[in-house]
Formats: sequence, structure tokens, C-alpha cells
Amino acid sequence: MFHLTYHRPTSVEDAVHFFTNGADAKFLAGGQTLLPTMKQRLAAPSDVIDLRHISALMGIGSTEEQLTIGAAVTHAEVAASQQVKQTLPALAELAAHIGDPHVRHMGTLGGSIANNDPAADYPAAALALAATIHTNSRTIAAEDFFTGLFETDLQEGELITKVDFKIPTKAAYAKFANPASRYAMAGVFVARYADEHVIVAVTGAGSDGVFRHRDMEAALSDDWSVEALTPTSMNESDLLSDIHGSAAYRANLVKVMAQKAMKTMI
Amino acid sequence: MNEISMTVNGETVSHTVEARTLLVTYIRDHLKLTGTHIGCDTSQCGACVINFNGKAVKSCTMLAVQADGAEITTIEGIAAGDQLHPVQAAFKEHHGLQCGFCTPGMIIAAVDMINRYGNTLDEATIRSELEGNICRCTGYQNIVKSIKAAADEMTGSSMSDQSSTSSAS
Repeated sequence: MFHLTYHRPTSVEDAVHFFTNGADAKFLAGGQTLLPTMKQRLAAPSDVIDLRHISALMGIGSTEEQLTIGAAVTHAEVAASQQVKQTLPALAELAAHIGDPHVRHMGTLGGSIANNDPAADYPAAALALAATIHTNSRTIAAEDFFTGLFETDLQEGELITKVDFKIPTKAAYAKFANPASRYAMAGVFVARYADEHVIVAVTGAGSDGVFRHRDMEAALSDDWSVEALTPTSMNESDLLSDIHGSAAYRANLVKVMAQKAMKTMI
Repeated sequence: MNEISMTVNGETVSHTVEARTLLVTYIRDHLKLTGTHIGCDTSQCGACVINFNGKAVKSCTMLAVQADGAEITTIEGIAAGDQLHPVQAAFKEHHGLQCGFCTPGMIIAAVDMINRYGNTLDEATIRSELEGNICRCTGYQNIVKSIKAAADEMTGSSMSDQSSTSSAS
């Protein structure tokens, strides 16, 4: 690892200030992606700004319409939260299966969506739960937030502070995890709202990162059943193809995971 | 250079380290507590797992400066003198190790999962909770058996006991 300067701010303002003053600064949330990347010398930030001591980034709250989670809340905290389990159990379940227990003790919601790994779990939840991402300077709809592989709409030095998730009437997430890395090879989040419209978000499979499966959404909004998924299809040219699985394999996996998610709700 | 101070196995330690020093390097090279192992370079193996402010984390995936002010327990800190911790004793009793390289991380992870699940810790949960700890010798069978036995002992429930444990005081 290369030399770096460490900062431990206690406010969002100070964190942004350190970032702006650094030559090539990085925010460090749980560090479960950034530190391995730095160890491999694939990242070499001049300044590392630790976000684990900023109380404004902590906390979980809910209203009837939405669940709000602070950007620095860990996966383990989301998974164990009674409030999340009661208002959005599918999200608690998703958080409980990210990485491994040690990763979940450190990794955070904000870090996960800011990194936008194409196989990460939270981006699927953010899209399917029509999330609003709050930053130090604005709010961004999840729909506009995820812009490509490891790419988001965040500007340099912009910091996620919290995320609002819309509370659906029903929701479930099913993923097929890579047996070695536990990253999703296909993860499908299905959410149905009071007006019966359905959002289906897919992670792990898209060659451009997380995406909404419009065909499945139309089918399920029309007919809320496992069978409604049977005729849906996916354009394989939009899917990842790598040593872990071909695009055709992933296309099938997406449908199987969608069916699995549906079966837990019906 | 950064001045850091933390509590490790009940003792306050202070050193000056470079900001880029990994916590595992600090523990092994500065504190000379070499029970915590480095089994990979990719944050996958779990041999370096320690308890950080009450939670099991990978000490290779954290900077030492991040742990400034923290309370840390390593494998050296869990026995009470010559008396092995129940999880250590169970690994010995049930042959939960062969070469032993992964064992420090396994044991810290096991203590953490027993703390979180208590007497609801069953075999399937143990197996999924071991996701972050790799063992290349045992095939995990005896590790799972050891953790289950330790959990039963620590929480006062026994799978082999036919009578339920007495709660009379």
C-alpha cells in the first residue's frame, strides 16, 4: 500500500472539506472494497477520509411511506434492526446475505451504493424500492443514480448521507450467489406497491450494472403470479458473460431468481 | 506518522505508525501478537479475524489508525490464564483443527456467532456464518461440531442431554 494521510472527521462538512483539500482523496466507509483495492495497489489515494465517526450518517428511521437508513449504517445493523425487519423485511434479509459476517460488520449501505459494483445487492433494492439518495448537496432518485459499471451520478467530493426506501406492500429478494465470492451472479428484487404496480430490479447479471426488468414488471403488474413470468424474456446481449457464467446462463438465472422471489410472496 | 492508542486484550497500547499500516500488521509486527494470521492478500480467508469493539472483523481489511481508540480482542486474549475459553476447549476436544492456521480466526468468529445467536445457533446457521473463514484441512465437519458443542455449553443447552437443563437457583 502506498503512503496516505488519514482523516477522521466528525461532521459531513469536515469530511467534504478534507476531500476538497486532498490531492486525490477517497472517502472510506466500511472499507471492505476500498482497502482490498488499495492492498492490490489498484487504488492509491493521497488522503483517506474515515466516515465511521460522523453521527449524521448513522441511524434508521421510518414513516408509513418510507424507511430511511443512514449512509454509514452497516449491513449487520440493517440485518438486525427490528425496525427494518418490521417495515421492510426483504431489505433486512438482503443485508443479512451480503458477503460474510465480518464484511457485514464493517460494510455500509452508502459505501455499497457509491461503489455500484455490478454484483452488489443494495443497488437492486435501491432501484426496486424507488429509493431517494440524499447527499451533502442534493437528492438523487435511484433511477438516475446508477449510471454504469462502478459508475454513479455522484460528483467528486459528493457524499451520500442517507437513503429513503419506499415501503411496498410486498417485496422479496432472491439471489444466486457465486459459491466462492458470494457476490450475486443474479439477484432479483421484486417489489409491489399499493397501486399494484411492480418494480423488478436485477443485479449481478447486467453488463451495464443494475437494471430494471421492464418485461417482468409489465407481466407482474398485469398478473401477480409466478406463472406470469413464464413468457418473459431477456436480451442476452445486455448481460454479463464471464468465467462464472455465460450470458445465456445468467438470462435463465434471472428468471429463476425472479420466480423464487415471487414464490416467497404468493 | 500517526499516534494511535487502543485497548488490546485488556491492556492499553500506544504506538506511532504510518497511516497505511494495516491493523493486522500492527497486531503482529508492533504488538508481537502473532496468533492473528495472514492467510491471503485478498480479504477472503478470515485467518486474521479479531474482535473489534465487540464485533468480529477482518484485521487485514482495516487500517491500524481506524482502530485508534478501539477495544480489541485477539486469540491471545480469550483464555482465562491457563483455562481455555470454552470455544478453544471445544476445538481441542472435537478435533476442530488440523494444521491450525485458520483456527485463530475460526475461534474468534465462533465466539462472535455464539454471542449473537445464543442458544438458537443451529448447524445450518453455523455453516452459513462460517462463510468468511476458510479452512483447507478439515472439511469443516469438526469445526461445526466444535462450535455447536461450545455454543451448547456456553448457553446451557445441550443437544445430547435428554433432560432439559435446570434453571433452578
